[in-house]
Amino acid sequence: MQPFTSHAGIAAPLLKDDINTDQIAPVLHSRSLKEDYKAMLFHRARQREDGSEDPNFVLNKPQFHNAAILVTGNNFGAGSSRESAVWSMVANDIRVIVARSFADIYRENCLQNGVLPIVLEPEVADAFTARVVAADGAAPFTVDLVTQRISGPGGPDISFEIAAADRVRLLEGLDDIGLTLKQMDEIVSWEQRAAAAQPWVQSARDNR
Amino acid sequence: MSRTLFDKIWDFHLVGQRADGRDLIYIDRHVLHELHAHHAFALLEKQGRPIHRPDLTFAVQDHTVATKAGRDDDTNPSGTAFLRAMREGTRKNGIRLFDIDDPEQGISHVVAPELGIVLPGATHAVPDSHASTVGGVGALAFGCGASEMTHILATQVMALKRPKRMRARLDGRLGAHVSAKDVALRLIAELGVAGARGYVVEYAGAAVRAMPIEQRMTLCNLNIEMGGRSGFVAPDDTTFAWLARRPYLPQGAMWDRALEHWRTLTTDDGAVFDRDVTLDCGALEPQITWGTDPSQVVGISGRVPEPSAIDPSRRAAAESAFAYMGLEPGTPLAGLPVNRVFIGSCTNARLPDLEVAAAVVRGRRVAKGVVAMVVPGSSTVKREAEAAGLDRIFRDAGFFWGESGCSMCAGGNGDRGEPGERCVSTTNRNFENRQGAKVRTHLASPVTAAATAIAGRIADVRQLQSGSA
Repeated sequence: MQPFTSHAGIAAPLLKDDINTDQIAPVLHSRSLKEDYKAMLFHRARQREDGSEDPNFVLNKPQFHNAAILVTGNNFGAGSSRESAVWSMVANDIRVIVARSFADIYRENCLQNGVLPIVLEPEVADAFTARVVAADGAAPFTVDLVTQRISGPGGPDISFEIAAADRVRLLEGLDDIGLTLKQMDEIVSWEQRAAAAQPWVQSARDNR
Repeated sequence: MSRTLFDKIWDFHLVGQRADGRDLIYIDRHVLHELHAHHAFALLEKQGRPIHRPDLTFAVQDHTVATKAGRDDDTNPSGTAFLRAMREGTRKNGIRLFDIDDPEQGISHVVAPELGIVLPGATHAVPDSHASTVGGVGALAFGCGASEMTHILATQVMALKRPKRMRARLDGRLGAHVSAKDVALRLIAELGVAGARGYVVEYAGAAVRAMPIEQRMTLCNLNIEMGGRSGFVAPDDTTFAWLARRPYLPQGAMWDRALEHWRTLTTDDGAVFDRDVTLDCGALEPQITWGTDPSQVVGISGRVPEPSAIDPSRRAAAESAFAYMGLEPGTPLAGLPVNRVFIGSCTNARLPDLEVAAAVVRGRRVAKGVVAMVVPGSSTVKREAEAAGLDRIFRDAGFFWGESGCSMCAGGNGDRGEPGERCVSTTNRNFENRQGAKVRTHLASPVTAAATAIAGRIADVRQLQSGSA
């Protein structure tokens, strides 16, 4: 996984609650094993009914074409567990999402892909959102995971909280599977104990 | 010390703590589907990492399979590559695949319990948000993304933070034609789409105890629609009777030993939950969604709410839903003309769902101009329904009777509605564009869907059944 230390760029305000993964990464009519994740991001929301680009959708506005930070509402990433809803962010170099809250599975998927999910205290979030709206893409924000600070136009630095373990994982770009494989001995001995205590669980055979 | 059932299952499956403080939770059964599995097969091959327990891993073709009779890999062209990649990946890795032509193929969340692949008190994972469906038999199930799926394949554990515990006590006795679907929709309406975020929910109370297993699965299936991490019902005699003699379950003396353990799978008296909620289901009428998220729900005799009656924080979402759904506040739900009815999905396509829908349809005709579909949740359900003559009832009434799969729930197999169509669906998500571009979805139970297909308008099944519609 690509380590995350800091990320700078334009912050785009998408100020709605409950944006679900169907919206972030819609199922398109023609599917393939190698999807175009860059084009997938908010594919439907970017278009008007006649298929032309909707100039009112925030990421279509010229000043947000190269947005690097997404600022959004409550329960971001609800719905389907599809990881394409994070891969499509990465493909567009959006590596920070500041939301009022995240759906559980989506937040996990962010951490798996070097995307930093930030939740600010409500008053701080209000102030930060106002600054992002006021900046209107004219100046970049910088999100630094080492110092846990957001800096940018319109005010002083903002500090944010993140669980220490999640922070380290992102900073070091840790291979999640590699981390667990260090404890393979423990997993195998658990299996041996379980096979003795509940043998029916450690075996899944068709008994017909 | 008194413990909740969640704690008992979690603690048993706790392998250890990872260096980053996460709990490593052993996953007893892992079920893959074709939409996501290819990512894991490709990645593990590239990394040279073997699959740790292919014998505890199963795979189904469900999301992209066509539902037409005589289907094959190419019937839905956008699914072909996924079906083949799944076949190849499972063959190379020695994983049992329920392929498109397998007599036991179907939706993962339907197939796994019906074959006894999931067990009470066991942990279970699927790279799909509706994994907790199998909580209906008392399993603790987690939906996950593709990376977590790959992690489970390589290690057979998930690295998780311990969730909080919620008990949802559902009291009362359900009225006629009211089922778990109505209860779940009402609960989501009460708690909100993020009301259970961070929680594992234990569903308890008299209404749950009275539910057959298939309805408990419907209830647990919809847990994610209020944001829950997982949801389950503690197993009881109804569960054990339902599970007995299913092919992947232990048999003979081993069954007796397992049963003895399963009887201990209860929450201790006095155990504390982080949150307790209750819902009195006694007076509940059939429920239906009016909007574009599963919390936008009213009783079938209700009306699209006035903005003034909606919590200010939810008003913008409601306004947007009114526009998308083509509905004015104050409009009664019952009587709205529909174009489509879909009975299917991991939520509501098990045999009893089809039986109650068929009982409504029997001897009647689908209203002119309505496209009505029934897609059984598994090929086993389909076979059993056909043996009981349900397919005849549906076909004679003018329903399409399909081969099993996810079908119109997410439209991943090409089954979808046309722009602007209004659809009553027994599925789990009424999100914008989910069942086709601009399709307006109303979620409801199988009997409400069946009654609607007959009436051609959103219908209160209780009135249709008493002859007054």
